[in-house]
Amino acid sequence: MKRHVKHLIPVAVLAVLLSLPYSTLQIPGVFDGAVNTPGSLQLLALCLLFAGLAVGYDLLFGRLGLMSFGHALYVAIGAYSAELAMKNLHLPLAEATLLAIAIAAAVSTLLGAVSLKGVGNLGTVGFAMVTLAFAQAGSILVGRDPKTTGGEEGLPLSTDKVPSAFVGVVNTVNLYWLALAYLVVVCGVVWWLTGSRIGRVWQAIRDNERRAEVLGLNPFGYQLGAFVLAGTLGAAGGVVHLLVTAGATPETTTTDFTLALLVMVVLGGSGTRWGPVLGGVLYTLLDHRLGAVATSDSVASLPAVLRIPLSQPLVLLGVLFVLVVYAVPGGLAALPRRLRGGGGGRRPRRERGEQHRLGVVEGEAHGTHPDRVASEL
Amino acid sequence: MSTLVLLTLTGLGLGALYFLIASGLSLIFGLMDVLNFAHGALVTAGAYAAWRLTGHLPFAVAVAAAVATGAVLAALIETVLIRPLYSRPKDQILVTVGLGLALPALVQGIWGADARQLQAPKQLTGTVSLLGAKVPTDRFVLIAAAIVVLAALKLFLAKTRYGLVVRAGVEDRAMVTALGIDVRKAFTLVFAIGGALAGLAGALGGVYFGSVSPDQGTSLLVFGFVVVVIGGMGRTDGVALAAAAVGLIQQFTNYYAASGLGDFAAVAILAVVLLVRGNGEGIQRIIRRTA
Amino acid sequence: MILELDDVRVTLGGSHILQGVSFAVAPTGVTALLGRNGVGKTTTVKAILGLVPRSGRIAFDGDQVHRLRTHEIVCRGIGYAPEDRCVFAKLTVAENLTLAERRGSKHAYDLVYELFPELKTRGAQAAGTLSGGQQQMVAIARTLLNDNRLIVVDEPTKGLAPKVVTEVAEVLERAAERVPMLLVEQNLALVRRLAGDGVVLAAGQVVHRGPVRDLLEDAALTQELLGVGKAA
Repeated sequence: MKRHVKHLIPVAVLAVLLSLPYSTLQIPGVFDGAVNTPGSLQLLALCLLFAGLAVGYDLLFGRLGLMSFGHALYVAIGAYSAELAMKNLHLPLAEATLLAIAIAAAVSTLLGAVSLKGVGNLGTVGFAMVTLAFAQAGSILVGRDPKTTGGEEGLPLSTDKVPSAFVGVVNTVNLYWLALAYLVVVCGVVWWLTGSRIGRVWQAIRDNERRAEVLGLNPFGYQLGAFVLAGTLGAAGGVVHLLVTAGATPETTTTDFTLALLVMVVLGGSGTRWGPVLGGVLYTLLDHRLGAVATSDSVASLPAVLRIPLSQPLVLLGVLFVLVVYAVPGGLAALPRRLRGGGGGRRPRRERGEQHRLGVVEGEAHGTHPDRVASEL
Repeated sequence: MSTLVLLTLTGLGLGALYFLIASGLSLIFGLMDVLNFAHGALVTAGAYAAWRLTGHLPFAVAVAAAVATGAVLAALIETVLIRPLYSRPKDQILVTVGLGLALPALVQGIWGADARQLQAPKQLTGTVSLLGAKVPTDRFVLIAAAIVVLAALKLFLAKTRYGLVVRAGVEDRAMVTALGIDVRKAFTLVFAIGGALAGLAGALGGVYFGSVSPDQGTSLLVFGFVVVVIGGMGRTDGVALAAAAVGLIQQFTNYYAASGLGDFAAVAILAVVLLVRGNGEGIQRIIRRTA
Repeated sequence: MILELDDVRVTLGGSHILQGVSFAVAPTGVTALLGRNGVGKTTTVKAILGLVPRSGRIAFDGDQVHRLRTHEIVCRGIGYAPEDRCVFAKLTVAENLTLAERRGSKHAYDLVYELFPELKTRGAQAAGTLSGGQQQMVAIARTLLNDNRLIVVDEPTKGLAPKVVTEVAEVLERAAERVPMLLVEQNLALVRRLAGDGVVLAAGQVVHRGPVRDLLEDAALTQELLGVGKAA
């Protein structure tokens, strides 16, 4: 019975999402106007886009235990490459997208190999910093060439190269469909792979890299494969972002962008199917609605102590993030289990105790790799 | 010649700023395995504390306030948020990420996103003639501060009991506890020291840039990380050298190659160093830490 | 009994290493903890000190300590010389000893320097540059510095040359005269020389308890439990 329910959930969710553009449902406070108005559809498209980006990011963070702080780079590559290809190379959207994805695949292969080459040597933290540094380099490159990349302002979408179906307010619904398609593709790919033999190898690597090596697997290949996949999925998302926001912005190159993905994934619950989806949707909604709430009259009249934190979405999101890490380590996806009194989550909690450094524990092939564990699940 | 002098001193001045940030980061990571993403927020906190008090109180007091702000805030963060997550190192890092996002946003909410001008005292905003170059005084202030801090840190580590505990803990934290020492106190102390130095960096950075802004701390943080990885976690000397090197390379590249390329170069060095230095000190430390 | 373990269980990385270990350490002399390679002897020692998460009850001189943190347990009077010595390589020998000084206890430098005169002469040397045997001296010296009521020593002769092994054995013998000791050792000659009682682990539990002499006299039992022939 349970298995059938599990299979029904994605279908049910998809059915709901497919029906939204036809529904005149009103959710006051969340959407201005009915759900099928262009404004709401735009916001929903963004939610679905970021859900997809989060799922792609969680492939690295939750499934492989790789803490990348430079994922934004690939999203930016997607957006900027596609736009520049359309603008300067006069390629239509489809070809521009393929080019952008190809570039992302190449860059992620190269940078991934460089970053991962030392993961065994560098550990989680080294990997985090190298990816951070590369993304920062990308951000600098974008910033210092305003003529090509539009600098602070970014580049507006070259609408003449884009099929008219994606241009114009009246066609916002098509952007919604595009974002939904992206989410479905990302989830399909990631869920399928994590359920397959490759996914089991990923999990083995995540839990204990040394042990995986001992079993004759070469972690590097699997990690690099995942890194490139995540990078290409991210770049595809970048193209969608370009279309949905009608432009390429330098915001997508910043560390904050990657950190937002991190927050989404942890909030929702990393290493789970629905966690990143939930996190992506929730974060995007909060980020936008809080911004709108902040400028509304009702907030402007609040005392400063309340008004100021509310005026800055990141304050609330950051605090919420800290609370979730603290109190609900499995993210929102783990809430039902916790409320039922389940406690620990699927995999045993990995505690280091005082293990740090004091020699190898007898009987273990190698000590646990606690840094690999991204979350409680 | 005068260009060379100016570039060198600017590079060293910038390096000094990086050192103030990186030295704290290095100790925090070396001892506690915490990659402190909230460090930039501590820099910002110090910067704004100094900014608020400049003009009303003597500048030295403003700087002291910046240092105190950083230290107190850091100690609070450590005891309230980091310490309870002692057995969950990944979550400790995540908590610092959350703080690193929330705190600068809070600052932005209170004082706005625009840079606020910092009116440093006249003695610090002038220039000094050296070998034909007109070098802004703030460079010398930064360099002097960094030298003092370096000396103080080395003294602390070499001559005090807590310094001994820190040095040992950087090598093998568990063994320190197995000797009957409560490392948690050392953690709070190191975090506070890091915060104090970050606050100082914020105040002096405000003088250097002439203004303070909510994201100033976080943008400096990346260079802090670069310096720590190159210089070695928990190695104060290495960090000092790396900071000077990064600052110099950045300035010279910016001038002789192209503006903006210097920042890129600083980041590129990181990749090169990580790859080339297979058996380097810093790498060994990271291996021991996470193996 | 100076130390009592009751149903101690340790699970690490998915493996159930200790599955209900119960034994006691005699209040005088040396109690040996024995077993084949990889059976969980070091894990047991770490469990006693709280260095690994564990369940079960541990009582030190009558006080329950299994809820305490490592440094609190140690401060009640346990000296620990870990497997692989774990001296702080970048600190000098003198600093390694200073660090081991516990407050509220007299520090027996006289005894330490009498037993290990080399440590005095090499005081300013970085501990990482010492030989294995010298590092072992530092590790044992640390346990003797304070007023400890129990000393736990894990494989002190591992990787040491025979001559050094003899020196270590002499030191341990002298130490055990003053303070009870829990000794993990693979070197059965050493065990025979030093130990009174023996506790043998297998499959995560205690499978034999009794005088070491009797155990080692029984070749078949020794072979079965420890996987080696009669001790030389």
